[in-house]
Amino acid sequence: MRPFDYYRSNDPADAVEAASEKGALFIAGGTNLLDLMKLDLMTPNRLIDINRIGLDEITPSDDGGLFIGTLVTNSDCAADMRIRQDYEVLSRAILAGASGQLRNKATTGGNLCQRTRCYYFYDPDMPCNKRKPGSGCSAVGGANRIHAILGASDECIATYPGDMAVAMAALDAQVVIEGQGGDIRTVPVRDFHRLPGDQPDKDNILRPGELITHVTLPPPARGRHIYRKVRDRASYAFALVSIAAVVEMDAGKIASASLAFGGLAHKPWHDPEIDDLLIGEAPSDALFDKAADILLADANGQGGNDFKIPLARRTLKAVLREATGERS
Amino acid sequence: MTRHLKMDTPATARLLDQLPSRLTGTPMDRPDGPKKVSGTATYAHEWQIEGKTFGVLVRAPISKGKLVRIDKSSIEGLPGILGVFSDDRFLRNPAQGTANEAPIQGVSEISYFGQPIALVVAETFEQARHGAHMLELVCEADTDGVYDPEASNLSPEQPEDDQLDQGDLDKAMAEAAFTVDSTYRTPNHNSAAMEPHCSIASWEGDQLTLHGSYQMVKYNVNELADSLGVEPEKVRILSPFVGGGFGSKLGIAPEAVAAAIAAKEIGRPVCVTLTRQQVFENVMRRSESRQRLRLAADETGKLTGLGHECLVSNLPGESFHEPVIQATHFIYGGENRRLSIEVARLNRMCAGSVRAPGEAIGMQVLENAMDELAHVSGIDPVELRKGNIPEIHPEEDMPYSSRPFAAALDEGAKRFGWDKRNPEPGKQRDGEWLIGMGMAAAARVNMLMESKARVKLIDDGTAIVETDMTDIGTGTYAILTQLCCDMLGLAPEQVDTRLGDSNFPKASGSGGSVGASSSGSSVYLACQDIRGELARRLGCDEDELQLNDGKASGGGKEVSLIELLAGETIEGEGHIEPGETMEKVQQATYGSYFAEVAVNAVTGEARVRRMLGVFGAGRILNHKTARSQCLGGMTWGIGMALHEAMEFDPRDGHVVNNDLAEYHVPVNLDVPQLEVVLLEERDDWASPIQAKGIGELGLCGAGAAVTNAIFNATGVRVREYPATLDKILDGLPELEPA
Ligand SMILES: Cc1cc2nc3c(=O)[nH]c(=O)nc-3n(C[C@H](O)[C@H](O)[C@H](O)COP(=O)(O)OP(=O)(O)OC[C@H]3O[C@@H](n4cnc5c(N)ncnc54)[C@H](O)[C@@H]3O)c2cc1C
Ligand code: SF4
Repeated sequence: MRPFDYYRSNDPADAVEAASEKGALFIAGGTNLLDLMKLDLMTPNRLIDINRIGLDEITPSDDGGLFIGTLVTNSDCAADMRIRQDYEVLSRAILAGASGQLRNKATTGGNLCQRTRCYYFYDPDMPCNKRKPGSGCSAVGGANRIHAILGASDECIATYPGDMAVAMAALDAQVVIEGQGGDIRTVPVRDFHRLPGDQPDKDNILRPGELITHVTLPPPARGRHIYRKVRDRASYAFALVSIAAVVEMDAGKIASASLAFGGLAHKPWHDPEIDDLLIGEAPSDALFDKAADILLADANGQGGNDFKIPLARRTLKAVLREATGERS
Repeated sequence: MTRHLKMDTPATARLLDQLPSRLTGTPMDRPDGPKKVSGTATYAHEWQIEGKTFGVLVRAPISKGKLVRIDKSSIEGLPGILGVFSDDRFLRNPAQGTANEAPIQGVSEISYFGQPIALVVAETFEQARHGAHMLELVCEADTDGVYDPEASNLSPEQPEDDQLDQGDLDKAMAEAAFTVDSTYRTPNHNSAAMEPHCSIASWEGDQLTLHGSYQMVKYNVNELADSLGVEPEKVRILSPFVGGGFGSKLGIAPEAVAAAIAAKEIGRPVCVTLTRQQVFENVMRRSESRQRLRLAADETGKLTGLGHECLVSNLPGESFHEPVIQATHFIYGGENRRLSIEVARLNRMCAGSVRAPGEAIGMQVLENAMDELAHVSGIDPVELRKGNIPEIHPEEDMPYSSRPFAAALDEGAKRFGWDKRNPEPGKQRDGEWLIGMGMAAAARVNMLMESKARVKLIDDGTAIVETDMTDIGTGTYAILTQLCCDMLGLAPEQVDTRLGDSNFPKASGSGGSVGASSSGSSVYLACQDIRGELARRLGCDEDELQLNDGKASGGGKEVSLIELLAGETIEGEGHIEPGETMEKVQQATYGSYFAEVAVNAVTGEARVRRMLGVFGAGRILNHKTARSQCLGGMTWGIGMALHEAMEFDPRDGHVVNNDLAEYHVPVNLDVPQLEVVLLEERDDWASPIQAKGIGELGLCGAGAAVTNAIFNATGVRVREYPATLDKILDGLPELEPA
């Protein structure tokens, strides 16, 4: 761990100001950042502690949705009655992630910004374009069981590992970001994370020093909320494939559908074509297969992760059945 | 005085069953428990030692080649740095268990990725770790590193003692009514003990004290002394609490030697603790294996032939190889046998003993093959096993000592409801889940090792037990206390058991499941020694002496113990040695496992729903700690079946999943309520206390019960462990239409 300065901020604008210095990073729960700092994989020269800047509440928005402050912990968010009732998919996704101890510390903004679990990213002696641009990607041709099958580039095949953001993508939540001088911008969660392209060091669209202040949820989406996470052990493992689905049925037809996928790409994967295909149709296996065809049209296995392609298909079909079938 | 016993004849006296005090065997709480849960049990890293500094080992960033130069100046200006050490005495890898001498030493030859080649010492751990990351090394990589044990250009060694060819297996296979010929693969495992490896070295003149986390102190002293080139008398090791060992702390390891060298140099104590990543990179691994199983059986399912041919690996120059076929030799009959082990030399961290070396993976795969045989022959798996329990050792003309194998199979089948299993795979469904039942047998060789202990019966009627035996979380403090209580008629509060100090009498140490019976026997003998003296003082035969509740009686007399002690302390020493009972009979422990597993028909995720283990291991010394050992073993069995595998980069052989986020062990949700049944047994051939080892029995085949249940659930036979969903997915039925 490199020596670093520590600054505790008491107010969002002050935190943004403090973070304008080169090499500064916010620290929230620290459950990801500290692990990376211990291994010298992230080497901020200044930590801006944002745990006392407020922004730790869930409040109603004018249009009937919710504002989730960036410092609302994963545990609190998942347990909030409004989230549990109206945004069940989000609560389920959060509870499917990490462990109770981690969720108590982990925050909304920190969770969005968590970094990949690619083995080579975690090893300072291994070439990795995400950690050290231009050094190469060790996962290509290496151990890549947990890597991406969608949207990868030659430069990086890592996945975004989180669960919460997948549900937020299905809900079409927005990320509220504060920059220098009180500059506020809002970005859909669906566009917050990037594909690696030729800049895999950039996980998301945050500019240096920008602070996530909130995530806003639109008014409640009716229908069935499903979060299905497929993993190597029953708990405390990252998703191999996960699917967040919010689907409403009306008179035997799919009235609305919004699906997002985790474990498959460098970002929570959302493909509007899939939602469009489903809406207005009667559920059938043929339809679900078509949805899987769209999802996996450009899927590409790297060897170790080839199994994710059939797994994603099977899981998608099962989720759609559950979402559209008779409730047992 | 010393009471010495060499086990040349069975110990039929069974004194422990005649004593008035009967604490031994009860589920007594650990005397060290309160300390552990309140954080006052001092583990190696936690010793507060004046002037303590911190060292972090530096890894070799290549898998094979040479260390050309260390650029010490690269970290000179960093805060807190006290020195960079790299020395020909550094250990390439830990010593193998009971090596009693230094392992291969030196830093210039690099044999595996992650080999410790330098130590950075600083005022704080964080500074040292940072220095270790920043230190610049010049290494020259060779291009001929070997990373694949099955590479076609390798010619593995064939250790002479592990090539059994008896009768004609090929002929037996050709003539058999039923055969199995299957090849399985098991991956590398890391013990991943909760407490990472740690040593604090401090010198006073030429006297070295090492606070370490070690399982076998007596050997570790010699290994450390030999590594440093000093006399063993100059080395003291303290290891009173060990946060899990599983074999990974058997032999002296690189951190101890590096700490000692640096501490001498800078004149201050040096504490070296491995990071979790280092635990994965340079602690002993359980070797991967390829195992070909051939079974030939007649119409009744009786084995006529048994083949178990294995390929394992280790670093060049290491004597240890995974003894995969250890239990295959004696558990089942079959006159035509081919049992062999080959060893490939790899540039991969050292392979050594990991809990239940041999049986953990050997029994697992043998029991899968038996399940295959049950399936092809249509014979019930329990009956098939019972029908193949040999009268005498199938290779050596030798009887068995106490062997409750059939009893464990029957008891398990009855308790589990085995009769409700549908032998046809894929027939039971619960919603999206396919349900299956599987079983497997357990077997593990039993050994006794030389061990010494001292017991002091103090004039106030309390006692102190001293031995350099260790408690690696297994319950040694409890069982030695219990034995002493019974033998001297004392209450647990009156006995103070002290362990893990090399100044104490030399014990077996913890490893190979020998600790409880060996060190337990030494304490038993030391107490007998004291009983002899008490009988003499009372004026009765030792056989007549009764000690209970602080009173001594015999020969018609009764006096209080304190009176008999008359202001003196009586010291007794016990010394147990293995003898001919190890050669005259086949000694082993046995058991059975039963598991119910659910496999998700969509995703192939497998989850254990319930599991039972029935075990016989001679006299159970403490039902609680023995049960805990079995629970831990079965939990590891679940992990071996479903989760655990070290993954290596195919290009340079380094371990990629080097932390507990990606090296998966079972978590709570993966482990259902486990049931453990311990059979009542006495094995007079094993030890004077009729106990055998139980520390490893819980995972000697446990994983097979799980994978056999997966087969019963799905019809998919996973032959490459672990049975992760990608290996099951292909064999699952198409999704049923909506
Ligand atoms: C063993 C393990 C298992 C896990 N399993 C899962 C899992 O199954 N599913 C899952 O989803 N997650 C999992 N996690 C990840 C966990 O969810 C994240 O570590 C956590 O959400 C990060 O939140 P934090 O507040 O601790 O972030 P920090 O560690 O404090 O910060 C992470 C990053 O976010 C930045 N940041 C934080 N807040 C802001 C802000 N307001 N504005 C801008 N930048 C900000 C920081 O600068 C830093 O770069 C696991 C973690 C571990 C260690
Ligand atoms: S996949 Fe991405 S994170 Fe992993 S090694 Fe390649 S560049 Fe680095």
